[in-house]
Amino acid sequence: MGFTDSNSYLLLASVLIPLLAGAVLMLSGGFSRSVIRGLAAVGFIAPLLIALNLCASFEPSMVGGYNFELKLPTGLESIGIYLHMGLNGISMPLYLLAGIVGLAAGLYAMYSKADRPHAYLALMLFMLSGLMGTFASIDVFFFYFFHEFALIPTFIMIGLWGGAGRRGAAIEMTIYLTLGALLSLLGLIALYVQTGADSFSLPVLRDYLAAQPLADTVQHNIFALLLFGFGILVSLFPFHSWAPKGYAVAPSGAAMLHAGVLKKFGLYGLLQIAAPLLPAGGADWFPWIVWLALGNILIIGLVTMAQRDLKMMLGYSSVMHMGYAFLGIATFSIVGAGGALLMMLAHGLSVALLFMLATCIYHRSGTFDMSEMGGLAAKTPILCGFFVAATMASIGLPGFANFWGEFTIFVALGETAKTQWIIFPAALGIIISAIYGLRAVANIFYGPPKADFVAKLEDPAIKDLQLNERIPAGVLILALLVIGIFPKLLSDNANLELAEIFDGPSQASLVSATEANLNEVLSEEGTQR
Amino acid sequence: MNELLSEFLRGYTETNDWAVIMPEIMMAVLALALLGAEMVLPRSQRSLIPRIAIWGQILVFASAWGLICSQGCMTGAFFNGLIEQTDMTHLMRGFFLLSSILVCYLGQIYLSKHALARTEFYHLVIIVSAAMMLLVQSANFVMLFVALETVTIAFYVLVAYCRSSTYSLEAGLKYLILGALSSSILLFGIVLLYGAAGNPALLASSTDSLNYKELTTFIALNSDNLLVRVGALLVVAGICFKIGAVPFQIWVPDVYQGAPTPVTAYLATASKAAGFIVLLQLVTGPFLGLSSFLVPILSFIAGVTILFGNFAAVTQGNLKRLMGLSGIAHAGYMLVGIIASVYVNWAGYAVVFYLFTYLLASFAVFGVMTLLATKDPAQELKDYDDLSRKRPYLSAVLTFGLGSLAGIPPLGGFIGKLFLFIAAFQAGLYGLLGISILGVVISIYYYFGWVRECYFSNTFEEATAYHAPKEATTDRLVLGALVAAMVVIGLFPAALPIIP
Repeated sequence: MGFTDSNSYLLLASVLIPLLAGAVLMLSGGFSRSVIRGLAAVGFIAPLLIALNLCASFEPSMVGGYNFELKLPTGLESIGIYLHMGLNGISMPLYLLAGIVGLAAGLYAMYSKADRPHAYLALMLFMLSGLMGTFASIDVFFFYFFHEFALIPTFIMIGLWGGAGRRGAAIEMTIYLTLGALLSLLGLIALYVQTGADSFSLPVLRDYLAAQPLADTVQHNIFALLLFGFGILVSLFPFHSWAPKGYAVAPSGAAMLHAGVLKKFGLYGLLQIAAPLLPAGGADWFPWIVWLALGNILIIGLVTMAQRDLKMMLGYSSVMHMGYAFLGIATFSIVGAGGALLMMLAHGLSVALLFMLATCIYHRSGTFDMSEMGGLAAKTPILCGFFVAATMASIGLPGFANFWGEFTIFVALGETAKTQWIIFPAALGIIISAIYGLRAVANIFYGPPKADFVAKLEDPAIKDLQLNERIPAGVLILALLVIGIFPKLLSDNANLELAEIFDGPSQASLVSATEANLNEVLSEEGTQR
Repeated sequence: MNELLSEFLRGYTETNDWAVIMPEIMMAVLALALLGAEMVLPRSQRSLIPRIAIWGQILVFASAWGLICSQGCMTGAFFNGLIEQTDMTHLMRGFFLLSSILVCYLGQIYLSKHALARTEFYHLVIIVSAAMMLLVQSANFVMLFVALETVTIAFYVLVAYCRSSTYSLEAGLKYLILGALSSSILLFGIVLLYGAAGNPALLASSTDSLNYKELTTFIALNSDNLLVRVGALLVVAGICFKIGAVPFQIWVPDVYQGAPTPVTAYLATASKAAGFIVLLQLVTGPFLGLSSFLVPILSFIAGVTILFGNFAAVTQGNLKRLMGLSGIAHAGYMLVGIIASVYVNWAGYAVVFYLFTYLLASFAVFGVMTLLATKDPAQELKDYDDLSRKRPYLSAVLTFGLGSLAGIPPLGGFIGKLFLFIAAFQAGLYGLLGISILGVVISIYYYFGWVRECYFSNTFEEATAYHAPKEATTDRLVLGALVAAMVVIGLFPAALPIIP
């Protein structure tokens, strides 16, 4: 157990600053545009600065415990709920992810043309506050609470600023996500009641369960609640239909924050709560996870290939990539879980970037229909460059963070005979994502423009990526590259933490495994293309 | 005769029992004072009456609060066991006071839009409140029945208060007939229990067989007796009518729709709460010996109630009916808490907590409905189309209220549901938990559908709702206070010191 220092209060500040900035913006419609932007900028920048600062002063030696621990009473002490915050090796990268994507989405939204900008920015700040809180929470109750807190603004933003067809999509998304959230809440309450620890604190629960593990049937049932509850939130096949529709109509800010960060909540819950606390339950459900995750990769992969609408394609592709993260978690090994973590991080950055660029493309082409575009690269080379880079990252090209996520998951799958067969169908997914990704690039930016599009391209109003678009895109690309080139920055800490959790058969270090196999896989990737 | 009188006076001076029901007495005096004021005050001064009603009740609330703060909670049995006060009854008396203050406040908005007699409305509301305060304290079936009838009869008048409206009259008639039926069912059950417990041939028979304490011992020893079982079942059925549980829910949509909106709010919150507290007291008190018999029945009722309420509300376009039907679903959730209270000590407090959060959210929603209404009782979903642009404040309040009803964090309703779920888990009611979750998910459809109507504009016809006059600053403050309370309870549940 650590003790409270000034850094602990920074954690709380990273939740409160965006919340307060949002509240002030919400209550004051009359501010001038520059004041609104200034206030919003404070709310978007502060969490990232805090996250970077905490990342720098992170003490990896405190394995099994938490850095920057903070425990405040809430009045629910009688049932063991505290506002208990802190970071460990698993939550740190995601906390940082929330800060980075939050800043990028915020900077982009500050210059968007949305009507009622103060409300738009305020809702995004509320979301960001919830996101920072989710990953900083040690208390399972607040972990859930902050997630819901971030979810509500998503619905409202879809309602107010969403695209065509938002009525149906918003309600489908709301009902699906509520179902998922409630199932996982039931699982968390079940965990609380069954351990008898009278505490919602994750380390306390972990210690209790280490001392006296739950019976296998109980583990089986609770794991099912958590798997399907969290699974719905992460668009596990076949509970994914809300995601593409929802993202297609969501305004860019909401789509970036939700697809980029909030969706990772479910995976984070599986990684931090379900897998370590309920190993026997996880073993029972292993075949289910694998088959459903393959459903994500292959079936949704094929569906993605069939999309003509750019945003729908991105929505489906984000569903598809979640399959890899599920596979990584399903191995229940250090390497697999570490891969899933890197995958979550990388996917969060790349999908946020892609959603943002999709909106940039829409502002220039006036359509999301890829079959109606073409030849945009000549007018907007920088936009094209960013989009190609983001697509490559999303496919998993080495050099970007996504590569390490997918690669490590494959390594983990190859470790045991039981999972080796999965590599082949899963690798097919990489080919699928290369096909739709590259085809999208070709359709939008290259080739002869379609007949109707020629006239539009001649419009002098079409400009290349502006500064207010370049900066957020640059932030995201930079983060993808930094993690892609120095995964060690984050994976070392995660590795120590995961080793503590899964001291099972696979003791191999994540980083050493990745380094040893790097050359081999590089050539493998080469042959696949 | 003189001796009798002096005996009475001596007894009277020796006991200070009357002090324990001081708030109820003050309420009765206030209610009578209002009628007096109407006779005395000149016509131009009559607008003072609502203010007297509201501020008078706030005074009662404050003095009762002050009494509790200065002397601590007085608990125990009074009036020869007619009344028993516990921590929970003190909380509930506050609950009823709060709800009648809010009903009077809504009434003043509603009545100013309709040419209706004013004073009687406040008079009846205050009487109902005082009677409900006594109802939850009763520890004897005679006391229970008298208090309950006072409530019910006053409600017959209140439901039909809008005499010019056929809806209101229809609602009044339906409530009268079904209410009388349920009262007689309840009474029949009480009489059976009284007869059985007074039978000297049975174990632990009692001469005071309407007293809860006596009945508790008697029923525990005679739980197989057919008369006892039938009696208890009839009593539970009578109460299920009050809380609108299936299969006694049939009156709810029509009465909610027809009654004046403030009365609908009163029925939805206080009247329902009174039923729940009585049921809680019976299930954890006299009927505890019958729990193996009653729990399966109540579980069935709870499950069906949750499903019926939610499914019926999904297709509802009239908002008062929607509130009524969704209220049935809430009754189902709380029934789960009542069943849990048989096994888990603190589950009763979870129900009380839920009632408080339900009160805040319901009054926020009904408050907005009252403010927006032009042609009561018609309140259709389509009237709210694109409300957020014309009336942003009211639609924000509505969003918070509906969000809390749907149980979305960080609002109080979420914490209320969380407590109920934890209690149900500890009691091992897994099936009912599953049904509750299903119910909550369905409820998202209609609660969110309503919010969606406010925020997503789809049609371009002018909706009627926002032709209502602009809300006053006081209205904003009251609604804002309700929202603030929901948020504070959601973020810091200890602000509502209920869970021990």
